[in-house]
Amino acid sequence: MKTAGGIAGWLDDRTGGAGFVSFLLKKVFPDHWTFMLGEIAMYSLIICLLTGVFLTFWFVPSAGQIVYDGSYLPLQGITMSEAYRSTLDISFDVRGGLLIRQIHHWAALLFVAAITVHMIRVFFTGAFRKPREINWVIGTILSLLALLEGFVGYSLPDDLLSGTGIRAMEGFLRSIPVIGSYVIYLVFDGPFPGEAIIPRMYSVHVLLIPAILVALFTAHIVLVFVHKHTQFPGPGRTNTNVVGYPFMPVYIAKAGGFFFLVFGVTALISALVTINPIWAYGPYDPSPITAGSQPDWYMGFADGALRLLPGFLEFEALGRTWSFNVFLGSILLLPVIFTVQGIYPFLEKWVTGDNREHHLLDRPRNAPVRSGIGAMAVSFYLILFFAAGNDIIAIKLHLSINDITNFLRLSIFVVPPLAFWITKRICLSLQRHDRDKVLHGRESGTIIRTADGRFFEKHEPLDAYERWPLVQQEVPEPLVLGSQTDANGVAAKHARSERIRARLSHFYFKDRVAPVTPAELAAAHAHGEHEAISPPPETSISVEGPPETQGLASPTSEREVVKRAPEKDL
Amino acid sequence: MSDEETPHGGGTMVEDDGAASRLPARRGDAGHDVAVPERFENPGLPPHVHRLSDSNEVASKRAERQVAMLFGLSMLATVAFLVAYFAIDYTIDVFVPGIGSTNLLHLVLGVTMAVSLLGIGFGVVHWAKVIMPDEEIVEERHLQRSSDASRKKAADLILGGGEMAQLGRRPLLKYSLGGALGLFALPFVVQVAGSLGNPTEVSELAETLWDIPKNPDGSPGAPIRLARDPELTPIKASDITIGSVFHVMPETLKDSKHVLEDKAKAAVILMRLDPSQFADDERGRKTQEWGYQGIIAYSKICTHVGCAVGLYEQQTHHLLCPCHQSTFDATRDMDVIFGPAKRPLPQLKITVDAAGYLVATQGFTEPVGPSFWERNEFVNE
Repeated sequence: MKTAGGIAGWLDDRTGGAGFVSFLLKKVFPDHWTFMLGEIAMYSLIICLLTGVFLTFWFVPSAGQIVYDGSYLPLQGITMSEAYRSTLDISFDVRGGLLIRQIHHWAALLFVAAITVHMIRVFFTGAFRKPREINWVIGTILSLLALLEGFVGYSLPDDLLSGTGIRAMEGFLRSIPVIGSYVIYLVFDGPFPGEAIIPRMYSVHVLLIPAILVALFTAHIVLVFVHKHTQFPGPGRTNTNVVGYPFMPVYIAKAGGFFFLVFGVTALISALVTINPIWAYGPYDPSPITAGSQPDWYMGFADGALRLLPGFLEFEALGRTWSFNVFLGSILLLPVIFTVQGIYPFLEKWVTGDNREHHLLDRPRNAPVRSGIGAMAVSFYLILFFAAGNDIIAIKLHLSINDITNFLRLSIFVVPPLAFWITKRICLSLQRHDRDKVLHGRESGTIIRTADGRFFEKHEPLDAYERWPLVQQEVPEPLVLGSQTDANGVAAKHARSERIRARLSHFYFKDRVAPVTPAELAAAHAHGEHEAISPPPETSISVEGPPETQGLASPTSEREVVKRAPEKDL
Repeated sequence: MSDEETPHGGGTMVEDDGAASRLPARRGDAGHDVAVPERFENPGLPPHVHRLSDSNEVASKRAERQVAMLFGLSMLATVAFLVAYFAIDYTIDVFVPGIGSTNLLHLVLGVTMAVSLLGIGFGVVHWAKVIMPDEEIVEERHLQRSSDASRKKAADLILGGGEMAQLGRRPLLKYSLGGALGLFALPFVVQVAGSLGNPTEVSELAETLWDIPKNPDGSPGAPIRLARDPELTPIKASDITIGSVFHVMPETLKDSKHVLEDKAKAAVILMRLDPSQFADDERGRKTQEWGYQGIIAYSKICTHVGCAVGLYEQQTHHLLCPCHQSTFDATRDMDVIFGPAKRPLPQLKITVDAAGYLVATQGFTEPVGPSFWERNEFVNE
């Protein structure tokens, strides 16, 4: 071959990379539109890196005060920081500078949005299960870093809005018990605002966080290659294969083309829709303020938490001030949310006792409790998010801001459990619908009139390929504690953790719908299309007594299989 | 949404990958000797359906032209970008329906760049979808874990390496290395932690420009005039009508060496109410006493997280913080009536001087702005 002796040959002579290259190019990737969410995140990060490098050529990270004499007339003669001035210059005096700035900001917003939606997809389909727990944790850290990177980034221009954000951040840091006052002096190098914060945030924004982001994101991608991508269940798709298109040429083209699509759409939005018009805000000054001061969307949930937390959470005790109305929402909320998120796969694994590798995704309906938990988390997040817009909602909808806030304060306790319950019920119903479809076929739209004048719709039976995704799922049963006595007849003692585990497992799996079996389908066909099928769709576990009164054979023993007792309906 | 749809594709089904299965829920081989299996079996890949462009030369030619056209469009747009970059005057604004007035150069550069990128993107994806092979390939997975042999080999290498280094036999080496490694990072940590912050007394948080400086003989200095922000002109009490609001700074801000830092603590909002509008209780009376003929002055720095409390509602005499909507009642000593703030805004005690200008006779009696750990120490009753 021609290339073998050319550059490729030269390179392989020196690196022996041919083997690795063929490993890489032969990789198979399954197709699904939700798999592109992570790609959007990856590409918007790359767009941010590219445009960010451009911006550093003109941005001056300095809080030094100067008088503006640039080409934007309304601000001429105003004293401002060099950071703000240089951002104005990028927007008005550097040709195409505004476009680069807008792409940078839009891509950053898209980055966090794509990460969030990608994470939701991974959660609801159970893609975080073994062997992908590490990648879930990496993703969790990436999403936290993305928030911080975004916050630091939009604070850099030192305009009135972002300066107010930093002002609030100073208030957050102050609220940390014991060390708060020292932390602000460390961060600001003296009293707020000082001249240190802009250059410090700059080095954090362009060096520290991006370096960690890029390292972790590389690890994230490498692990995707190592694990091979997950796939949705379907005919021919199993837990031990991956069905899709090879990296070379199909996925290189699709993924590479998609990068240009994401970049192109970002550029188009940037051209048409102005984001963060810093020239309209004016330079930062601690005294003025504008109504509707809000952070970028991804910080909304933390801001919303601050708006909902009642003032009485601040109190004085032991001669000190405990400002929990601020501390809980601004400092504690983020690590708590991200820790819960990060440990979820390990929690679920503990509850299910499932130590196998999972490469087939769950359809969300087939994991009703997990989907319910996901819906609970999403609703919690959304309430906080909307709380951050309570003033805007009040103005646009002509409502009382006090009512909205009180309503959301109540909602934060009521809605998530409700979302859990509703989602779980919907999942179970959808599973029953799947059963129905398998047993009776899909609606054909053809109405048939019988000889005696009755009408019914003809149902088309599913073929084996259509049926498979609806019947392939496993339906795990709850772990139950084993025998109540040990070998000598002495009442067995069980670790508290095992009892909790049994109870949680019961919570996860007590309600379930078994997929149709061939026997049931045969029976359905034998009985004709319109007769009820004898085995009830939903089954429930029967355990004598509450689980905590039962013994477990040994703390780490195999779970006991309990006969499933048919039960009518929930 | 699509989660609910049937994904396509194929292969042969192997339920378990062989990892230790502890799940009882699997319906095993019970159905072996029965005619009807207990579970459905994976039917395997559905038969492949060829695309029109696979068999029809005209269709594949058309697809080729479409892709090339998209690439061509991208090139045209790139050229247009370059022309626009040099040709368009950057001061021209245009009106675009639905978007409003926007800078022409910015608009043209953005749109041409977008078309240039989208042309490549759509072209390549179209190419992949209609011309590149669309038959799915099955790749087998393997357990993630290494074989027992390679695990043992790795363990032996690590343990053997430790053995060769005589780690086990020479505890002195082990512990002294541990100590050195444990300590070496300290200088770096101490350097950065020790030097990041300018050593400052916490009491600084409680000091503002309104604190009256003492004369050399120890007696309190002259009261400080209230001045308009940002002009820094003094304010005559008689200029303030009922219902009006002033944003105020101490007149001494003129001589400040740290304007923003001082502003961040000294910002004051001043308003005038009809004396009958104050609440008829102790707090309402205190509000009036510290003011002058219904003119009252309060710190503008929110006690929640420090935003400027800039929204005054003239009819209800409420002061609203635009950041988190804490609401303060001006008729009752800025009592918090709603929102996340706990404490009222501190009041600045004012009167008029001989010339009729408003002055502050003393600084704030408590720290302004958000709470902090040591705050109690600086509250003077």
